[in-house]
Amino acid sequence: MAEERRFFSASGVPIALRRRQHSASCRELAVRGPRLQLRSLSAATSAVWLAAYGLFALSENSMVLSAAIFITLIGLIIYLHFVKIDQESLLVIGSLGIQVTSSYASGKESTTFIEMGQVKDVVINEAIHMQKVIYYLCMLLQDPEDPQGVSEVVPLFQSTKPRLDCLIEVYKSCQEILEQSKTAPQSS
Amino acid sequence: MVLKVFFPSCCSSADSGILIGRWISEQNSAVILAVVHFPFIPVQVKQYLGEVQHMTKVSVSVLGSWSNSKQEKEESLSEFLEDLGTIFCHEPWIQISKEGDSKFWSCSTLQKHSKNPQEEEIILVYYDQRKVMLSHLHPPLETAGQRAEDASKLSAIFDTVARSQVLFMTDRYDEGPIKLTHWQSDGVEASIIVELLKQASVPACMLLTFLLSLVSGICRSRVLTFWPLSFLWSKLSTCEQLGHRLQHLQVISSNKKAQNQNQLMRKANIFVSLLIDVALGILLMSWLYRKNRIGHLADTLIPVADHVAEELQDLLQWLMGAPAGLKMNRALDQVLGRFFLYHIHLWISYIHLLSPFIEMILWYVGLSACLGLTVALCILSDIIALLTFHIYCFYVYGARLYCLKIYGLSSLWRLFRGKKWNVLRQRVDSCSYDLDQLFIGTLLFTILLFLLPTTALYYLVFTLLRLLVVIVQGLIHLLVDLIDSLPLYSLILRLCRSYRLAAGVKFRVLEQQDGKPLRLLMQINPLSYGGVVQTYRLPTYSCYPRDSWASLCKKLFLGELIYPWKHKGDKQN
Repeated sequence: MAEERRFFSASGVPIALRRRQHSASCRELAVRGPRLQLRSLSAATSAVWLAAYGLFALSENSMVLSAAIFITLIGLIIYLHFVKIDQESLLVIGSLGIQVTSSYASGKESTTFIEMGQVKDVVINEAIHMQKVIYYLCMLLQDPEDPQGVSEVVPLFQSTKPRLDCLIEVYKSCQEILEQSKTAPQSS
Repeated sequence: MVLKVFFPSCCSSADSGILIGRWISEQNSAVILAVVHFPFIPVQVKQYLGEVQHMTKVSVSVLGSWSNSKQEKEESLSEFLEDLGTIFCHEPWIQISKEGDSKFWSCSTLQKHSKNPQEEEIILVYYDQRKVMLSHLHPPLETAGQRAEDASKLSAIFDTVARSQVLFMTDRYDEGPIKLTHWQSDGVEASIIVELLKQASVPACMLLTFLLSLVSGICRSRVLTFWPLSFLWSKLSTCEQLGHRLQHLQVISSNKKAQNQNQLMRKANIFVSLLIDVALGILLMSWLYRKNRIGHLADTLIPVADHVAEELQDLLQWLMGAPAGLKMNRALDQVLGRFFLYHIHLWISYIHLLSPFIEMILWYVGLSACLGLTVALCILSDIIALLTFHIYCFYVYGARLYCLKIYGLSSLWRLFRGKKWNVLRQRVDSCSYDLDQLFIGTLLFTILLFLLPTTALYYLVFTLLRLLVVIVQGLIHLLVDLIDSLPLYSLILRLCRSYRLAAGVKFRVLEQQDGKPLRLLMQINPLSYGGVVQTYRLPTYSCYPRDSWASLCKKLFLGELIYPWKHKGDKQN
């Protein structure tokens, strides 16, 4: 079953949280950010081309115009493929692990899977960023030598930056599954 | 607890039979390797599994039953399959059944000796057997002394499939008591070219080893290692590069098989790197020798050297006048300027002496570009060093003079204040000087102080020139280093067969149906390009800056000679 709710990100843009329960121990939580607006794309392109035309008027060199077109295309491709993240999702499979996926605007997906044995806990942390205090969800990874220690902190939903209300929903869903896998009898 | 069943996607359309694979009890997961079809004799199956276990050291056993009924569900077959559970006793006995062409299979377990007969959840994970078998997992951290139980669950699965290769050697066309279905059951693949190359590689390696031993014997002979020549070889970067490549060739041509993945990749990387290097070198050579470009190059070399010398002469004339409006000490200025001008004159006449032979020398030296692009670049760097040798000499003269002056000034400054450097205690102590000592000291101090701007200016100008040459040489060496250490084979593998280099796995949730087990698809998550370069970088004799910025500035200020690039084998001084 799937349900979608609207929230706001830390910088005020509207985001959507979609929860899907695939089975008793498998849940997928996806946070979708705003799509690329045509307005901002046209504004950026027009600005670059006006500047290039101004330079051309000054220097009478037509290479400036072709360079501007080239730069715009390459810049757009780089932006869509490496910078603009459309959706970040968390797939929690109890007893297997947690998978974090970021989907870019060009369709590229970058995935990391962390096994359940390495995950110590999922918590909400505070951070001081410039003049604000923001909340973020992070995964604590187990230190292999020290059972009480934390070897790494992996922050989640870094580019969509949901606010505390959205994070609480995600946190509750994750904890339900994590509790199941931690309290299930471990076979030695 | 949740039971995980790893099912190979190639067996999805197999006929009914029993499932064989490995049961990993610590993780409550079953890795299914193949399906054994009817008819079979249980004793023969057990014997076969015993043989496989002995050869691969993987505990392969019968895990359950698989029924693929294309028509209606056959009741008798399901009873028969349950009874099989008593023959091959395995806890838990897994039963997977597929009806018709449905995607959703039903999976159940039979636990005879379990204490809590609750319904445990089953997760069905599909995996591509061939890709998992060929892939190599790169763990993010390699901690020494990792125990077997700490090894990640995924590496256990990858390990199981990779080591069971002997199980996949039989296909359905073989005559035998056991009929298996796995990824190669439609016919074992092999490539004739690969087999031929393997056969040809052994004598080729032996020949190469013999040739290399000859070459290294010649290099180590007494003729080439006595003092002036050995000093020359150590200064020329071409010889270092050639020695490095010789080492690489020795690694490739050794007869021992690679023990593990890292060694195999290293050998492959060296081989591809050498091949590309030589190919680029031959390309460069063919470009140089076409249309007599070497002749043009030789013709322009002398005028360029002349031009550089003329520029230097102009520079010295400028320094001897009033450079940048500063007023120099006329006498010292003239002495230094004339000294350096005479030096340039000697250099010019030396170059002109060599000029008829330049074309021939260059022609033969250009031939060595066929040994590789890196060798050609090193030769270029050496030629630059030789052509700018006079700049190096001027820098040394200027630096020594300046250094002497600075030391003299600092010690006389201490005398001015009534102090002395105590060599024994390595510190500054107070000292009472005689009147005549003080008088001479003050006089000398004044002279040195007022001559300082002249010397300092000459030092500054020649140091800047020397640094320019050093930067150019450094860039060339950086390029050579890059070509040497780039793991091209690994990068091409990552591009074409990305499943071979795995950083991990990723799961995709397939369509679900209520009441049926959770279906996941396990795919290989390939290593990023940066990770590939970092893991498989070839070690080089890299030159890197010896001094930090602070100590470099200090040395420049004091006038000590700087050798900015340190090679790995150099002694620390």
